[in-house]
Amino acid sequence: MRLEYFDLIDKVDELDLEGSTIRVSARLPEKSPIFDGHFPNFPILPGVMMLEVMNHAAGYLLYRRFKGERFVFLGGVKRAKFRRMVKPGDAIEARAHLTHEGSGFSVAETTLTCGGATAADAEIILISQAFPNAEIKAALAKHSEMLVAPAEA
Amino acid sequence: MAAKGYVRVMSSTFDTVAQVIAETSDVPMENIKPDAHAIDDLGIDSLDFLDIVFALDKKFGIKIPLEQWTQEVNQGKASVDQYFVLKNLCARIDELVAAKSS
Repeated sequence: MRLEYFDLIDKVDELDLEGSTIRVSARLPEKSPIFDGHFPNFPILPGVMMLEVMNHAAGYLLYRRFKGERFVFLGGVKRAKFRRMVKPGDAIEARAHLTHEGSGFSVAETTLTCGGATAADAEIILISQAFPNAEIKAALAKHSEMLVAPAEA
Repeated sequence: MAAKGYVRVMSSTFDTVAQVIAETSDVPMENIKPDAHAIDDLGIDSLDFLDIVFALDKKFGIKIPLEQWTQEVNQGKASVDQYFVLKNLCARIDELVAAKSS
């Protein structure tokens, strides 16, 4: 995980494209400028970053359902709760399940756990559309290769 | 009686649409009329409209083809009014519901 680069998923542990579910994992870095500011002498992962991890999990699930042919990004947050603090060095898991697939948008229920306990949960809307350019499509395809689930390898 | 029943079906679609719009946006119920244009008259933007479509998809058990509609409007094959004036939106929903059950 490299927080400052929004590189938030270390591994895809489970990917069920037909069942529309995914589980991913990551370990938080011990040091980051984000932790320097949030907060000095009390470093915790900001809630918006927890949300972004869940968004990445759901986004990757959708991206794979679209076979890498559509650009997926966060369109809205219908509900979000941040229940526990997540700290430097913690191992986290994010799960996402698509509850609705509309035309050009999808809705996902997502959770973030740390040490088996729920740290956050959210219902989010993801927009999907054609890639704005070939470069971003290629870059995401390359990144996607590094996240391949063990069962698929 | 048949005519009355038909009117009831049509108005029930509009009632549901109006209720969804009132619940998911700041538009007051009294402004939500069959001839109102969702964008021009009610000021609903594209992201708010997604919330409305999500709720309507669920309530009617359909998938409103928003991308196809947008494409048709952009290509000049359809007018915005065909999809975004509420009475027309209701008619499109009734068509989608009928297509689902046929």
